[in-house]
Amino acid sequence: MSAQAPTSLAPTGLKAWLPHLLMVPVTILTLYPVLYVIKLALSGTAGVTSSAWPWPEQFSLDAFRTVIGHSDAQGGWLFGRQLFNSLVVSAATTVLGISLACAAAYGFARFEFPGRRVGLLAFLATQMFPGILTLIPLYVLIQKLGLLDSMLGLTLVYSTTTIPFCTWTLKGYFDTLPKEIEESALIDGATRLQIFLRIILPLSAPAIAVTALFSFMAAWNEFVLAYTFLSREAAYTLPVMIRNYVGEKDVQWSLFAASSLIASLPVMALFYALQKHLVGGLTAGGVKG
Amino acid sequence: MARVLLTDIEKAYGDVRVVRRLNLDVADGEFLVLVGASGCGKSTTLRMVAGLEAISAGDLFIGERRVNDVAPRDRDIAMVFQSYALYPHMTVYQNLAFGLTLRGVPAAEIEKRVQEAAKMLGLVEYLQRKPAALSGGQRQRVAMGRAVVRQPSVFLFDEPLSNLDAKLRVQMRLEIARLHKRLGTTILYVTHDQVEAMTLADRIAVMHEGVLQQCAPPQEIYNRPANTYVATFIGSPAMNLLPVVAQPLPDGGARLVGSGLNVTLNSADVARYLPEGPPAGGLPEQLTVGVRPQDWRVVSDSDPQVDALMAVDVTEPLGAETFVFGELELPAGPPGQDLYAGRDGSTRHRRESACILRCEPAVPVSDGQRVALHIDRERLLLFAADGTRLAGPGHP
Ligand SMILES: Nc1ncnc2c1ncn2[C@@H]1O[C@H](COP(=O)(O)OP(=O)(O)OP(=O)(O)O)[C@@H](O)[C@H]1O
Ligand SMILES: [Mg+2]
Repeated sequence: MSAQAPTSLAPTGLKAWLPHLLMVPVTILTLYPVLYVIKLALSGTAGVTSSAWPWPEQFSLDAFRTVIGHSDAQGGWLFGRQLFNSLVVSAATTVLGISLACAAAYGFARFEFPGRRVGLLAFLATQMFPGILTLIPLYVLIQKLGLLDSMLGLTLVYSTTTIPFCTWTLKGYFDTLPKEIEESALIDGATRLQIFLRIILPLSAPAIAVTALFSFMAAWNEFVLAYTFLSREAAYTLPVMIRNYVGEKDVQWSLFAASSLIASLPVMALFYALQKHLVGGLTAGGVKG
Repeated sequence: MARVLLTDIEKAYGDVRVVRRLNLDVADGEFLVLVGASGCGKSTTLRMVAGLEAISAGDLFIGERRVNDVAPRDRDIAMVFQSYALYPHMTVYQNLAFGLTLRGVPAAEIEKRVQEAAKMLGLVEYLQRKPAALSGGQRQRVAMGRAVVRQPSVFLFDEPLSNLDAKLRVQMRLEIARLHKRLGTTILYVTHDQVEAMTLADRIAVMHEGVLQQCAPPQEIYNRPANTYVATFIGSPAMNLLPVVAQPLPDGGARLVGSGLNVTLNSADVARYLPEGPPAGGLPEQLTVGVRPQDWRVVSDSDPQVDALMAVDVTEPLGAETFVFGELELPAGPPGQDLYAGRDGSTRHRRESACILRCEPAVPVSDGQRVALHIDRERLLLFAADGTRLAGPGHP
């Protein structure tokens, strides 16, 4: 007897459509603000209409041109300078934060030493307070160090705020790496440092990618500290620059929107580049089970 | 190649002593298998030899060198883990070459050794693959290859085959035996598979709760287990252990009664269990008789040699042999002389203790039947109340 085999196991009829009926409105709702920002950015410098429709009534790249071309009185290219500031500060924060966090996390994950528990808890405790709390002390510190208005100052502050989170995340990941792999390497003749560099780090690529992305984004998007520490326009990072388009007297929504979009591009690019690593499973096959 | 010597090795975690005063002398080139129930300290012992676990007390020598405080990489050992512990981000080739690269072996030499090991272990076509793309058996081979290329003086194996299916295990077992024959390297091998132990070992060391019970060649362990623990641990089905009471006979012999046994030993037999000369009362009173399942002989009911009667519950004909499961019974004796009379004076058959018997398929035994059994005196082991074996047949 030959029964007609079902061609697909997917549900049919209402069952198939119900999720879509729910998901489509939710997606639209989520995307609406983004679309609205795009509309604002594309509406040119003309001004904002009050229409709620997120589709631009006119297409103009004027706002982008203005934002990108923004220069100071002497003709110095301010936008370029600020973009550079943001990139350098974020990248430096990531590199500094991750290198320190990796080493710290490995120590916490693998070695017994006095103060290990206390250290971990202290790291955790710093995460319990809102960052704003440290604003004043940090300001004083940075001022004393003469690092106001400098990329180095901002980088130091950003790194210290991201390290605890990164350390905890990485320690959590290192804890899951089978100890035998390291023991194997130890017997094979590797030193602790070689194990760290040649076994642990490559195996932790997914976790490091995630924490790196976190650090980068945290630094890239940070506004309050930057706004407090930076006063020269040439020292601004992009979030401070964006904020400046929303002045007290005139609010330039289209410039604000355009600069926001421009500022989010690098993060999106980074996400795209790292997405392969964001999916775990790199240790598959190393140990059985 | 090197001798491995453990003298009074101890391992304690806090107050818990997981390895106690362990003395082992593994000769150069010897294949020593450590067996024991789960948690008895086998892995701990191996890891102490590897240097992955600190030694709490005692001395460990590899070759002529005391290595208690020597780092693992300087002990000239290689270890194969139960979980294989391959480097997942490296290809098979890199996995094999890693240890050599670290030690600064010239590239040409690395290439040669890796290719050699790959050929020996059938890994040539997988050299460029990552471990994730290998089967369990292939990963196991890579783990072995990684040890082999290093050409260490001692191999340490911690249950290397326990993650493989039965067929592959047999195959890899042969491969390990071949490897040992070919390289002649000293091997310490942990397993709780007794077939592996029996087939691979030059000597087997049986551990129980951190204490070494016996260390001897497989046949010796099997035929003359040092105590009841070893007796039941090695051999499948396990040895029958039947508690008895020894009653001295006027002629210097003894009668062993209990658990459904009624065994008469003549004076020559008894003397063999007491090579130091008989103490005042002859054999100790409380004893345990040990009989391997194949050491029973089925005899006719009327045979004067009957040592026990067995009520057969189940027979398992396996083709080449038959396992018979049942219980030893107390037969009714003549009135007044009934050795086995119950406390209530009853003289009916009474089931005493479980018993396993292995016999030729030709021997007619069937379920529900009652068979008379005789124990070959050459194969009858006696254990004292503390579990240690009395010297016994064949013993000097
Ligand atoms: N870090 C530790 N702290 C306390 N006890 C431990 C520790 N590591 C192992 N043990 C104990 O030591 C004993 C021996 O462990 P070991 O791993 O050597 O057993 P094993 O003989 O290899 O067992 P298995 O056959 O299950 O592998 C166990 O009872 C275990 O609970
Ligand atoms: Mg173990």
